[in-house]
Amino acid sequence: MSSKNDILAAIAANKPDPQPLPIGLYTPESGYNLTNRFIENVTLIGGAVHQISIISEIEQFISTHFPSAIRIITNNKSLKNVGTLLLNNDLDKQIPHELENVDLTILDAPFGVAENGAIWITDELLHHRVLPFITQHLILIIKESSIVASLQQAYSMINNQDYGYGVFISGPSKTADIEQSLVIGAHGSRSLDVFITGQASY
Amino acid sequence: MKDHAQLAEAFNKDKERVTWHDETLWFVRTKRDKAAHKFAGWEQLRETASQIKNNVLSNLDSYLLQFEANAIKNGITVHWAKDAAQHNQIVLSLLQKHEINSMVKSKSMLTEECHLNEFLQHNGVEVIDTDLGERIVQFRNEPPSHIVLPAIHLKKEDVSDTFHEHLGTKKGNSDPQYLTEAARQHLRETFLTRKLALTGVNFAVAETGEFVVCTNEGNADMGAHLANLHIASMGLEKIIPRREDLGIFLNLLARSATGQPITTYSSHFKRPRNGQEMHIILVDNGRSIQLGRKDFRNSLKCIRCGACMNTCPVYRRSGGHSYHTAVAGPIGSILAPNLDMEKNKDLPFASTLCGSCTNVCPVKIDIHDQLYKWRQEIVKSGYSPKSKTIAMKAMSVSLSKPMVYDISGKALRFTLRYAPFVINNKLNPWYKQREMPAAPESSFKKWYEKNRSKKNNNE
Repeated sequence: MSSKNDILAAIAANKPDPQPLPIGLYTPESGYNLTNRFIENVTLIGGAVHQISIISEIEQFISTHFPSAIRIITNNKSLKNVGTLLLNNDLDKQIPHELENVDLTILDAPFGVAENGAIWITDELLHHRVLPFITQHLILIIKESSIVASLQQAYSMINNQDYGYGVFISGPSKTADIEQSLVIGAHGSRSLDVFITGQASY
Repeated sequence: MKDHAQLAEAFNKDKERVTWHDETLWFVRTKRDKAAHKFAGWEQLRETASQIKNNVLSNLDSYLLQFEANAIKNGITVHWAKDAAQHNQIVLSLLQKHEINSMVKSKSMLTEECHLNEFLQHNGVEVIDTDLGERIVQFRNEPPSHIVLPAIHLKKEDVSDTFHEHLGTKKGNSDPQYLTEAARQHLRETFLTRKLALTGVNFAVAETGEFVVCTNEGNADMGAHLANLHIASMGLEKIIPRREDLGIFLNLLARSATGQPITTYSSHFKRPRNGQEMHIILVDNGRSIQLGRKDFRNSLKCIRCGACMNTCPVYRRSGGHSYHTAVAGPIGSILAPNLDMEKNKDLPFASTLCGSCTNVCPVKIDIHDQLYKWRQEIVKSGYSPKSKTIAMKAMSVSLSKPMVYDISGKALRFTLRYAPFVINNKLNPWYKQREMPAAPESSFKKWYEKNRSKKNNNE
């Protein structure tokens, strides 16, 4: 307790005169094609984007690209034929460590951000927070109409949402810690495929 | 203890490596430029971030209290640590309480500043750093040399040797893909078996009591989501007022650091997961003192992107280890003297004051001005190096008296022409890595009189 009081007293004695928060200094860029910018950014950071008209195209993609995937988890009900396991309350009973052998995870996500190719997801949809990290490969599905231009808009959508954990994911796990050479697949997922469904909104 | 110049001299022995280091960091800087120039409204974004941080510093105590209240409401335990020793003791007590003797840690420059690893090792706790670069330097018993790129001073052959020794990779295989895969396998096993994970904090939101951790590898999340206990250590200055402010800072951080549009993972921790304990340690360790130094308090606005290091001509050619402090480079050189002026008296002099650091700083810290001001503080406190003081005094005499100036100019030209060995020798630090210039025929004063004085210009 005394450390807290000492710290607060030192700050109170030393802090500068009140400075206001800035208002309206910065306005995000607008007037461009959100889908194109989103795709450009996801591709730049090592992910791949696929625009599809029906969900079953994802099944086709999985059988072509992940023929040897054994344990597949999804929260999308129309993909239950693909997923060996649907995220549900039964899975909640498992400890997160039991997800260690998940080959592929396919998640519906609420929205993406055009200006940096980031996709927002919260623990309500994940069931296990570690899932998008521990899985070997990750597929995220977003509606085209859900793409927002900027992080500023993203946070005004998130607003005061009461999540326990939320994350912006942009691309597969990566590192450049050895001589600055980019290596995809550090500790988290080795790949990220983003599927965009439906119509654009302008 | 060796100072920056001596340590830099050792780093400069391997010319090829210095050139590589210099060019690689400059490449990162150019990636930052590309990202910044592409982003419409970049300057307004910087100005907004700078003003938010000014607001934070002026309300730091109330934001910290607001953050604490909200974090407690979210089920997080909040600890306050006045200094490194208190911080380390809190971590150790939690380990002891839960009878844990091995843990994982993701990148946290604060724990480097507090020398947490050494402290825990002395107390029988095994700490495994999980960021790839940090794991590499940990195997080698070295500190990180850069806050974002911890192993940037090493070549892939060095990493190959280190991994061969510690992880049994094939001798001589220095393919980064192969080496990263070896670390992935080794650390996956570790993540699955450790009960306690410590992470740093990039931003803590007063309004919601949540904190955000940014990584590209996903190591902070792998550790935190698998451990029963998550400790997040943060410096007091990491507070931001509102969740929406993240929209400003997340746009600046990765673009300034590596030129990426955002880090791969920006994780928002608000509540512990079911059955998990979550702790936050708020660490002062000199920050409240720095807040009271009018000329230097702006250094607390830093978001640790490393842009000032990547652009610094001195950092690029002297390497992070020459700064003998947890945070190297220009920003480290204005933070370190606050903690210990005598020990770090050399660091504000490890700069050309070119101002490039100030130009790239995403929160507009006047870094090079502060370096200049620290020099004055250091001289006033009597810590400046003797040889420099004598030279400065001699210069001050010759510059203030025209006759002395003329004579010393003549003497220098004479020496450079007829006895260059007096100057071009090992005793003169300016001779290292360079030749002294040829002496001009005459002084500028004489040249001006001859070519530009009034009588000649009347033609």
